[in-house]
Amino acid sequence: MQSLSNRKKVIEQKPMNIWERMYLPAIAKGLSITLKHFFKKIPTIKYPEEIRPYSKNFRGQHSLKRDEQGRERCTACGLCALSCPAEAITMTAAERQKGEENLYREEKYAAVYEINMLRCIFCGLCEEACPKEAIYLDGPHVTAEYLRRDFIYGKDKLVEPKFDITKLNRENA
Amino acid sequence: MTIFYFVAFLSIFFALMTIFTKNPVHSVLYLVITFFTFTVHYILLNAQFLAVVNFIVYMGAIMVLFLFVLMLLNLNKEIEPMRSNVVKIMGAVAGMCMLATFLGAFKVLESNNEFVTGNTDVGLVKNLGKVLFDEFLLPFELSSILLLTAMVGAILLAKKETKEA
Amino acid sequence: METAFILEKLILVVIVFTITLVIAMYSTLAERKIAGFMQDRHGPDRAGIFGLLQPLCDGGKFFFKEEIIPSGAHKPLFILGPVIAIITACISSAVIPWGQELTINGKQISLQVASGINIGVLYMFGVIALGVYGIMLGGWASNNKFSLMGAIRAASQSISYEIGMGLSLIALLMVTGTLQLEDIVAQQSGFVNWNIWVQPLGFLIFITCAFAECNRVPFDLPECETELVGGYHTEYSSMKLGLYMFSEYINMFVSSALMAALYFGGYNFPFMYELGLSQNWITIIGVIVFFLKIFGFIFFFMWIRWTLPRFRYDQLMNLGWKILIPLAIANIVLTGVITLVKDTYF
Repeated sequence: MQSLSNRKKVIEQKPMNIWERMYLPAIAKGLSITLKHFFKKIPTIKYPEEIRPYSKNFRGQHSLKRDEQGRERCTACGLCALSCPAEAITMTAAERQKGEENLYREEKYAAVYEINMLRCIFCGLCEEACPKEAIYLDGPHVTAEYLRRDFIYGKDKLVEPKFDITKLNRENA
Repeated sequence: MTIFYFVAFLSIFFALMTIFTKNPVHSVLYLVITFFTFTVHYILLNAQFLAVVNFIVYMGAIMVLFLFVLMLLNLNKEIEPMRSNVVKIMGAVAGMCMLATFLGAFKVLESNNEFVTGNTDVGLVKNLGKVLFDEFLLPFELSSILLLTAMVGAILLAKKETKEA
Repeated sequence: METAFILEKLILVVIVFTITLVIAMYSTLAERKIAGFMQDRHGPDRAGIFGLLQPLCDGGKFFFKEEIIPSGAHKPLFILGPVIAIITACISSAVIPWGQELTINGKQISLQVASGINIGVLYMFGVIALGVYGIMLGGWASNNKFSLMGAIRAASQSISYEIGMGLSLIALLMVTGTLQLEDIVAQQSGFVNWNIWVQPLGFLIFITCAFAECNRVPFDLPECETELVGGYHTEYSSMKLGLYMFSEYINMFVSSALMAALYFGGYNFPFMYELGLSQNWITIIGVIVFFLKIFGFIFFFMWIRWTLPRFRYDQLMNLGWKILIPLAIANIVLTGVITLVKDTYF
């Protein structure tokens, strides 16, 4: 067939000469290649001891944030559940009682807040949808479990621990 | 001498086991052990070279080939050929002839011969080589030609005949 | 005298045996480490520093795994197979001269288990020839077609390559004029007297055949995973499999020792007598040098393993019968001619 591109190359297979048929030079060449790799730097990262640096916008496990006074920011508006393309988030809303002002910032709060980590695709749309800046995907990797039900994370795992913001600033400084 | 009797007993025992076992693979294995006892005999006679050659050639190569063929054949009792009485009679006659030959040989043999008493060094490699390539050069070379002929014959038999049209 | 002699040999046997087993054990680690490095990986490094405890973990695992004997297997032979394999592997090191004589309290101690044997090299050869029984019996007794094929491959391969090995050895023996391994090694004192300089072709044939005899890549057809599942040890599990693997590594160690002794001067090292050391020191350094040479060969075995692909079966037979054997015979003739010319004219 005629070559249209002019880049066609006809590969010729010549019968091997005696030097090539001995295979010894070829074996020596192969050995030199493997030996070169023997002394090469190993690119493997030993994971638990060394951790590869994460990207700045890495999206890991969700955490429900608190405000400066340690109150939960979530107001159970349901926008995150609505925006979730994987239908991973469910919640039950409750009204704040008297004397609970130090626990919840808004008058309405999420009594139950569950994320199914098996459904979640870590797209970050909940983060974008939240009007109260209450949910962020800033945690580590979601760990492996033995049972499916252990992948449904409740508030015990999601809400971030209480902290004193003044102390936090001092530590950072 | 006690070692000799012990090893001799073992070789006869395993030789008999070779004949009497039903399973051909077991038979070959007993034959291997028999050959091993022969090797021990050679060492007792100070025939080191013969011992090690028996070890390498018979145990290491020929018996492996035997085993090889037997494993491939997969012999069963059903396909075992029926032995006719003629074969049995012929076997008995041949056995008697061999026994007679042995008896004659034992009669001729002198028990004070240096090969029998085992105090000779002729079995060592150096002496054996000198004897083979000096005194017995012609028979040695002739036997090698015989082996070569056998080899050529085997190859000829194994080769496919190409029919000329 | 008699008891002292037996005791001395017994101690030597125990030492040699221990060293052989430890080296075989750590060869498994070295194999995986070298494989790792050649493939830009780390290799096992979790058990101990640099994975130094890995062989112990493997051994423990082998011991505690369930033993499975297939119901169709021939039980006595199935057990006998790995036993023969490991025994033949272990006894083959008896004639290797590990070093010169040590003088302790005015008593000469030879560092060779079976010294003064007239047929050292042939003994070695016989034991290697016997090793194939372990594989054959194991393969046949498993009652599995893959095992049987592996066993048959092993048998035919080892018989074919024994011939080439023997012929290449004959050329060497024509040069040395003795079958005693300690004499062969003693002849190669210094550096220029090493047999590799006189018999390069013979060495090449010998090392190729040694690879085939040890069932190492590129001649590991008997256990060829891609075609025969696991070859002759398909049905084996637990320590029986461990024994087969162990015997492979011991064989590798012993054949490395044999090559070092036959062609690379054994315990001899350059300038060994010029440095003015005492005899004991020469012996000790000689033993160390010998082991370094052995380790070099073991490394070469592994290096080849992670470089070359496996042969096809007909290629293996072609190489053995049509290339190595004629080459070995040519080598014998060449050696004979050179020896004759040298003896007549010089």
